[in-house]
Amino acid sequence: MTSGRALAEGFPDLTGLPTARRTHWGRWIAAGLILVVLALVGRAFAEGQIEWAYVGRFLTVPVILQGIVNTLVMAVLAMSLGIALGLVVAVMRLSPNPVLKGVAAGYTWLFRGTPLILQLLLWFNLALVFPVIGIPGLWSVKSVEVMTPFLAALLGLGINQGAYTSEVMRAGLLSVDAGQSEAAQAIGMGRLKALYRIVLPQAMRVVLPPLGNEFIGLVKATSLASVIQYPEVLHAAENIYYANSRVIELLIVAGLWYLLVVSALTPLQMLLERRFSRGTARLGR
Amino acid sequence: MTARPLVAVRRVSKSFGTFKALDDVSLDVRAGEVMCLIGASGSGKTTLLRCVNQLTRIDSGGIWLDGELLGLRESGGRLHALSEREVARQRLRTGMVFQRFNLFPHKTALENVTEGPIQVQGRRPAEVRDEAVALLARVGLAAKAGNYPSQLSGGQQQRVAIARALAMKPQLMLFDEPTSALDPELVGEVLAVMRELARSGMTMMVVTHELGFAREVADTVVYMDQGAIVEAGTPAEVLGVPREARTRSFLSAVIG
Repeated sequence: MTSGRALAEGFPDLTGLPTARRTHWGRWIAAGLILVVLALVGRAFAEGQIEWAYVGRFLTVPVILQGIVNTLVMAVLAMSLGIALGLVVAVMRLSPNPVLKGVAAGYTWLFRGTPLILQLLLWFNLALVFPVIGIPGLWSVKSVEVMTPFLAALLGLGINQGAYTSEVMRAGLLSVDAGQSEAAQAIGMGRLKALYRIVLPQAMRVVLPPLGNEFIGLVKATSLASVIQYPEVLHAAENIYYANSRVIELLIVAGLWYLLVVSALTPLQMLLERRFSRGTARLGR
Repeated sequence: MTARPLVAVRRVSKSFGTFKALDDVSLDVRAGEVMCLIGASGSGKTTLLRCVNQLTRIDSGGIWLDGELLGLRESGGRLHALSEREVARQRLRTGMVFQRFNLFPHKTALENVTEGPIQVQGRRPAEVRDEAVALLARVGLAAKAGNYPSQLSGGQQQRVAIARALAMKPQLMLFDEPTSALDPELVGEVLAVMRELARSGMTMMVVTHELGFAREVADTVVYMDQGAIVEAGTPAEVLGVPREARTRSFLSAVIG
């Protein structure tokens, strides 16, 4: 037991005595209170003026399903545009070129500094400013025909998203040690190849959690596109309750769909994070 | 008439703000020569190495590698900076080993070694792979090819970094304090690889604090202080019977 050294006498032997579990009174009281509150809220909704049958019936009607598909399509496309723009802008912001730096900073300032709904309305009403767009003398179209609700929503959401994503990307790029791009240069890589092969894959690990956040935000922000008549799920729900006056029931339908979509995104993000965590300490194989 | 040196540094100066990192430095490195650069931190030895690999741009003077002026082109009586592409091409002739290894953490040891030849030189993956396996064996890490850097000790990481640099088949190897970030018991394995490399005839410039290594392996030892070369010669001269008082006080401070 002891490596040859005598121990002092006079201490009781504690080996073999069990450790008693502490009773956490506070936790029991808190849990009880929360159950009471939940029961009250549940009762209020059960007795309130909600026809739950309508919620069930409208959850899967074609218009709502088409709406949620449109929501997803818009979210994915706008996020793709946002990531592409965000990456380019972040790289511009970190470049030594003062012109690129200034343009990048200006873009972020402008699109983060104004409300998204205002930007959507501006894009949708672009025809009021520029009735005709095109290359002078070569090609031109009427703005009203081009600027559909779909395109206006895509530009509005995507360009706004790019301003936020650029900052997330910039944080990711800055998190990679400068020695990495030096090592890449030392084996003869140019700046872009070093960015794509070496720096970006490492930045992705840092960028994914906040990017997941951004995407969840964007899924919900697509609901703003209802004001410019883009037929996403909230717009579909509104159209139905204008006809049947079941306002709360249809808002709950839309809410359930948003919850479902956002819940499905979390495991997706975990998969991506695992993909980009290769080589980090925890990984055994 | 001696043969043209592989590296010729002529009257090179470099300042960072008001700090003069290199002050009118000139030196030659012959092909096959091992040169150790010693000196206190801030003496300019690392900056000199980084200038040879163009990670740092020089303010004035010139550096020639195998007769080719680095980073600059003379035309019409003026000097023009080379494009990034041309600089990248020139860097292919030099391999660099960093103090903090700088392995790519998201790639295995083998992928670290094959990255340059495949991605930069555009060589056939199968052929590069065989060479990389042989290189890892040469640095004693044949069994670690599939490991990520985080699964390797500092000494092993630095040996992979040496293999990565060698995979580009450089004419010149630059070592920037390759053992300074290592636990003492891991220094020996890295120095052993470098010793073997020197014996194989590789031209090497080594910034180091390992005076034992310098004494044993170097053909030339250069002592630098305040951005200038104070003294250069064989290890027996510079480390054994230094002429300059500054060299003597540095050596007595290092040896203690």
